[in-house]
Amino acid sequence: MRALAREPLFDSVPADTRRIGLLAHLHLDAPLLLGLLAASCLGLIALYSAGNGSMDLVERQLIRLGVAFGVMAAMAQIPPDKLRLWTPPIFAAGVLLLVAVLLFGDVGKGAQRWLDLGFMRFQPSEIMKLSVPMMVAWYLSGRRLPPNVLHVLVTAVLIVAPTALILKQPDLGTALLVASSGGFALFLGGLSWRLILAGLVAVGMAAPAFWKWGMHDYQRQRVLTLLDPESDPLGSGYHIIQSKIAIGSGGTYGKGWLNGTQAHLQFLPESSTDFIFAVYAEEFGLFGGLALLALFGFIIARGLIIAVGAQHTYGRLLAGSLSLTFFVYLFVNVGMVIGLLPVVGLPLPLISYGGTSLVTVMAGFGVLMSIQTHRKLLSR
Amino acid sequence: MSRSKHRITSTWRRRLVLGLFTLSALTLLARAGYLQLIDRDFLQTQGEARHIRSVQVSANRGMLLDRNGEALAVSAPVDSVWAEPMILLADPVGLARLAGALGASVPELERRLRGREDRQFVYLKRHVSPKVAYAVKLLGVPGVNLRREYHRYYPTAEVAGQLLGYTNIDDEGQEGLELAYDDWLRGRPGAKRVLRDRFGRTIKDVASIRVPQPGRDVLLSIDRRIQYLAYRHLKAAVIQHKARSAAAVVLDVRTGEILAMVSQPAGNPNRGSDRRAALQRNRVVTDVFEPGSTFKPLAVAAALESGRVTSQSQIDTSPGELRVGGQTVRDVRDFGVLDVPGVLRKSSNVGVSKLVLALPDDALWSLYDRLGFGVSVGLGFPGEAPGHLSHYSEWNRFERATHAFGYGVSVSVLHLARAYAALAADGVMYPVSLLRVEHPDPGKRVLSAGTARAVRSMLEAVVGPDGTAQRAQVAAYRVAGKTGTSRKNARGGGYEDDRFLAMFAGMAPASNPRLVMAVMIDDPRGEEYYGGQVAAPVFSQVMSGALRLMNVPPDDLPKTQDLLRVAGRGEAL
Repeated sequence: MRALAREPLFDSVPADTRRIGLLAHLHLDAPLLLGLLAASCLGLIALYSAGNGSMDLVERQLIRLGVAFGVMAAMAQIPPDKLRLWTPPIFAAGVLLLVAVLLFGDVGKGAQRWLDLGFMRFQPSEIMKLSVPMMVAWYLSGRRLPPNVLHVLVTAVLIVAPTALILKQPDLGTALLVASSGGFALFLGGLSWRLILAGLVAVGMAAPAFWKWGMHDYQRQRVLTLLDPESDPLGSGYHIIQSKIAIGSGGTYGKGWLNGTQAHLQFLPESSTDFIFAVYAEEFGLFGGLALLALFGFIIARGLIIAVGAQHTYGRLLAGSLSLTFFVYLFVNVGMVIGLLPVVGLPLPLISYGGTSLVTVMAGFGVLMSIQTHRKLLSR
Repeated sequence: MSRSKHRITSTWRRRLVLGLFTLSALTLLARAGYLQLIDRDFLQTQGEARHIRSVQVSANRGMLLDRNGEALAVSAPVDSVWAEPMILLADPVGLARLAGALGASVPELERRLRGREDRQFVYLKRHVSPKVAYAVKLLGVPGVNLRREYHRYYPTAEVAGQLLGYTNIDDEGQEGLELAYDDWLRGRPGAKRVLRDRFGRTIKDVASIRVPQPGRDVLLSIDRRIQYLAYRHLKAAVIQHKARSAAAVVLDVRTGEILAMVSQPAGNPNRGSDRRAALQRNRVVTDVFEPGSTFKPLAVAAALESGRVTSQSQIDTSPGELRVGGQTVRDVRDFGVLDVPGVLRKSSNVGVSKLVLALPDDALWSLYDRLGFGVSVGLGFPGEAPGHLSHYSEWNRFERATHAFGYGVSVSVLHLARAYAALAADGVMYPVSLLRVEHPDPGKRVLSAGTARAVRSMLEAVVGPDGTAQRAQVAAYRVAGKTGTSRKNARGGGYEDDRFLAMFAGMAPASNPRLVMAVMIDDPRGEEYYGGQVAAPVFSQVMSGALRLMNVPPDDLPKTQDLLRVAGRGEAL
């Protein structure tokens, strides 16, 4: 409780609004906002091509981006200490909703992920992407750091329970993100090396069991396919083969915008959603891919800087976890598209067509902005 | 743990995290770089293998045209429906809809596709109507495409069926002229590279690899109008006389061009079910027979050519039969003493036998040989029969006699017509041709002009008031010709008593012949069976039309004074 006592609850209004400008006054972080806007624009450009030059997808994605940026701005207005107060109830509600999904959820694309609220369909696992790191940060920020074994175990339960519920849906991609976001928070909280090692050994030992009982057939198939896509070129290997062809044929400079053949001739599946990076890489080549990764690197770096600059443990753990999770997001998607990782259904954040995950990601950036802009100046 | 130590650990932690993540990012980049730099060519080839296809472009087959450029065989563009079995079989709904559009059943289509999954091209239906093609196009079922092909049509249908032949569905000549001139008619298909999407639909043409070369047209010697006349009258005769089959050919005397070539029975080459050997036989060139009395003018010509006989020579044919080498040559009755024209007019077997037996051994054979009997006429037409002519050294005296009246030798209708054309052209034989002749061959002299003219004038008498071929007469034209009625060969040797071939070969106008026609009617089972009764009328009907169509000036018009006299009497002209 000492750590908690040391941290005062900050005044949410910055001391000098004139000096830090309009954006900060709106609790928005300029570099982060710039990076996000740039990435969204690249996304729209790639989407226009993936949609075979139709404005239809672009327009709908614009609306979603509008909503997502709105949610981001709204989240940025909530001071971190308020967020911290609400963390346990939000987490509890999220877990309850996950249970509800398993009991009454709608089935779509072979998985039970959605909850029909009558006026909208809703994916509770998305909440967990935020509320799990929030919960871990909340729990650890009230403890003495580095955490002792008991605290680590409690934290592990906080992470594993929702992850297991999401795996059950099944949604391997989201489960991975949720688990890693909680894990990053714990790691940043000062998990001892011995426990990390023990954890790795435990994971290593659990892996065969997970392979055997924890995964569905199609998931196992995807992993096997990764190792040898040509074994089933028209079935499970199809995505990877087509996407590798798209990326590889892009070469150094790419075929040019709207000139990619793989997507335009509909060989590339999911070209506007999960596999949009292949479309992008085919048309803009290695340099285009490099530029995109650099932009994302900038966004992540900004998130990590915010984490380092955070003035309280909760904010630091949460900001660090969100930034690192964003990287995992990126790594898993690109790794899957270029045939480095098995196919798990994760979109490329800010680029892929789709609303739900976009809103969650942007809400996370809203939290980051809130942590940055609600610092009490000159406090140290 | 002290606060400072915690801070140090977290610095390490931070570095580790950054290090790990940089490593991960580098892994991604390395992988992307590998794909885009090192694997690039392979992957590009793979991509092109998926969406770039080389597609055959059908070439138009050349037309068969008659001598005036009228179409006898034309190719019209049609579409054929084909599919990639793998893609189509994966879409049962699309397959069912496609079956509906094609008017086929689903199991039927599946039967075509199953077992051929490894192929990239399977025809579903060839040569569909534009309506069906449009419906298939609208459906846009994945893996289903149309291919432009050409369908052959024969506007003259039955009229020139055996002559033209037909092509198969792949536009390759199978019979007749379509086969004979296939190399010339056939186009060289081209190829183009096209961009195709995953469903096998052609998105756009990328490049032309080879431009299709259309086949060349063939300008035939045939005159479509004369062909029709010959077809119509021959068919009528076959029906009227209940004949088994028939053949007729019309030649242009001056060039050797074949103006009409017809056979009965005939089938419509546009109809698959009519493509049977019996209906598709071009009997003018494929069927050989013993020419009988139609050969007598040739025997007479050989006799005149020898110089031992003149037109005025008298031949005693009494008592209507002649013993030769232990066998007997017979006439219908005792014609008594005849001059040479009389021998032809009465068609006396005894008369020609006596004429020929007086000649050197090789005289008759030598003429027959010059006239090309026993050798193919050389049109290059599929199934052309050479006929049969044995060497005179193998002939005994009786056989020398029978060869003079057309037994022991076999010829086709075209052989016969060509020999008459040589008589018509003052003894010069031109090669017969199915192609329009622009520069006539100089020809080959086979008889002296004097002999040819003499025989011609004798043949005019055959068609005249006292002859056997009065029904071959053509109004306003003088006609020369000879009938023939030969007994058919019986199965197992010998001759049938009541089965005949009725023939007529002749020319017009006799004063300066332009057209030659030979008609053969096989096994007329009606009341009449003589060549003069069955074959000669066909000649007359066809020739009177053909002479007019060819703008041949009449040589037998009533004198102008006669006409004026008629007009003076106030009678209608």
